[in-house]
Amino acid sequence: MSKPIKYILLTLAALSFLYPFYWMIVASLTPEAHIGELGILPKVLTFDNYSQMFAKIPIGRSLLNSVMVASLSTLGVLVFGAMTGYALAKLRFRGRNGLFFVIIFTMTLPFQITLIPNYILMVKFQWVDTMAALVVPALNSAFAILMFRQAFQSIPNDLMDAARMDGCGELRILFQILCPNILPTIITVGILTFMNSWNDVLWPLIVIREESLMTMPQVVTLFAVGGRAEAQLGVKLAAAVLLALPVIVAYAIFQRHFIQSMASSGLK
Amino acid sequence: MRNWKPYLLIAPYLLHLALFVAFPVVFSIALTFHRWNIIAPMEFTGLDNYAHLFQDRLFWKAILNTLQFLLIHIPLQVVAALTLAYLLNQSIRAKGFFRAAFFLPVVISGVVVTIIWQQLFGLDTGLLNRLLASLGFGRVEWLSNPSIAIVSIAIMATWKNVGLYVILFLVGLQTVPRTYYEAAEVEGANNWQQFRYITLPAINPTIFMVVILSTIGGFSLFIEPYIMTDGGPLNSTLSAMLYIYKQAFGYYHMGYSATLGLFFAMLIMAVVALQKRFIEQEE
Repeated sequence: MSKPIKYILLTLAALSFLYPFYWMIVASLTPEAHIGELGILPKVLTFDNYSQMFAKIPIGRSLLNSVMVASLSTLGVLVFGAMTGYALAKLRFRGRNGLFFVIIFTMTLPFQITLIPNYILMVKFQWVDTMAALVVPALNSAFAILMFRQAFQSIPNDLMDAARMDGCGELRILFQILCPNILPTIITVGILTFMNSWNDVLWPLIVIREESLMTMPQVVTLFAVGGRAEAQLGVKLAAAVLLALPVIVAYAIFQRHFIQSMASSGLK
Repeated sequence: MRNWKPYLLIAPYLLHLALFVAFPVVFSIALTFHRWNIIAPMEFTGLDNYAHLFQDRLFWKAILNTLQFLLIHIPLQVVAALTLAYLLNQSIRAKGFFRAAFFLPVVISGVVVTIIWQQLFGLDTGLLNRLLASLGFGRVEWLSNPSIAIVSIAIMATWKNVGLYVILFLVGLQTVPRTYYEAAEVEGANNWQQFRYITLPAINPTIFMVVILSTIGGFSLFIEPYIMTDGGPLNSTLSAMLYIYKQAFGYYHMGYSATLGLFFAMLIMAVVALQKRFIEQEE
């Protein structure tokens, strides 16, 4: 294959991935009547779609909810993942191997099996329509534990032994001495957890009915299917733009980290 | 006295495991023998749910739809990802840009992607049909024709995830030693022969990994049909996950939907186990 053909193919492919997002942004800024005939560049610009959307759904509130849910889940996964991963990698205790196999096993368990019982649990805890339903079940992740275990295994024991001699407790050794040495793992797990939480929509649809507690993808989904957008395409697209925007900005800045993190999760 | 410390460290995980994994698994099995709408008391019904499952035409339709989706999505995913990775794995400028562009849909919410593609698939004003018209082709009923709609969703899902698999294939391609190709060139092998006899065998493990990952991901197909078609037209895009969701949270058939969930999870594990078995035999 000659070089120019390769570049043409790659450029066409890149366009097919980028153009739909560009179209979404431009269309969201175009008056409803003109969206159908939209070319590459918009002729008329308007923020009308956005002001209509803000009037119809609590998108700002849902943004705040999403940030809170994703931050708290990520914090939990990082702290508890590091603790369990550290115990598995560096401490001796009865049942350690058993625990390791249980964690591997839970990763092969399809979520379809626990979805309904977990919903019932939320009902029984009276957590339906509370932030707890979104955060608490997401505080631990088997994948994170295995990542941390692997990272801690590569750190020599001398580092901990020296700290123990100085009388440091296990938690201080873990968070103050070991964690700074495994920053790439922390970043990987952090990005993946935050992104998964941010983009998750099935679980919020199940446990949250109260509009003021909904996450952003949930609000946008219900807006798009529930008829409240009143078949106004521009308004629907404006909501989609706001949902995508934080991720696009984060991706533009941390692009390399995103790709590496996702690839390493796939390679596991 | 240091022995109890490890247990303190793993306590949060153990609690989580017991509450949100172990208990639900046991409880879901118990649920399958009951009829329950959460509000009224649970009613023991023996094997009724299982009997109903085997007669539930709509559920089997949903399973078949999901398998049909996978049969289109997986080969498409492997071919598209491998092609793009192959093109990228050459001395090419702006490699980083192309990689970032292919990867963008992977990080964006499926909700956004589905809302966009609903418009791309539009009958008259949709970009795809306008493109086809400008090339002289007739319009395609992407979402309104029952025998095409699931194919359209498979195309969209491939577009959304392909970037991730491009990266995995790139990692795989880079493990093939350069000297193999140099030797092949000396022997006079052409591009296709080099790809067929050197590249393909070397990246076999990556292909299997991509197949397994997209199988697991594909089985959870939910939000795309939920937003785009609500399972229609004529239930042709009703995925198994969407059907379970409707049984559970549309009708509050907790016992029955737990039965469906358990059965579906078993099916997923069986398919993945079969694929892994096949890989081991190949190796």
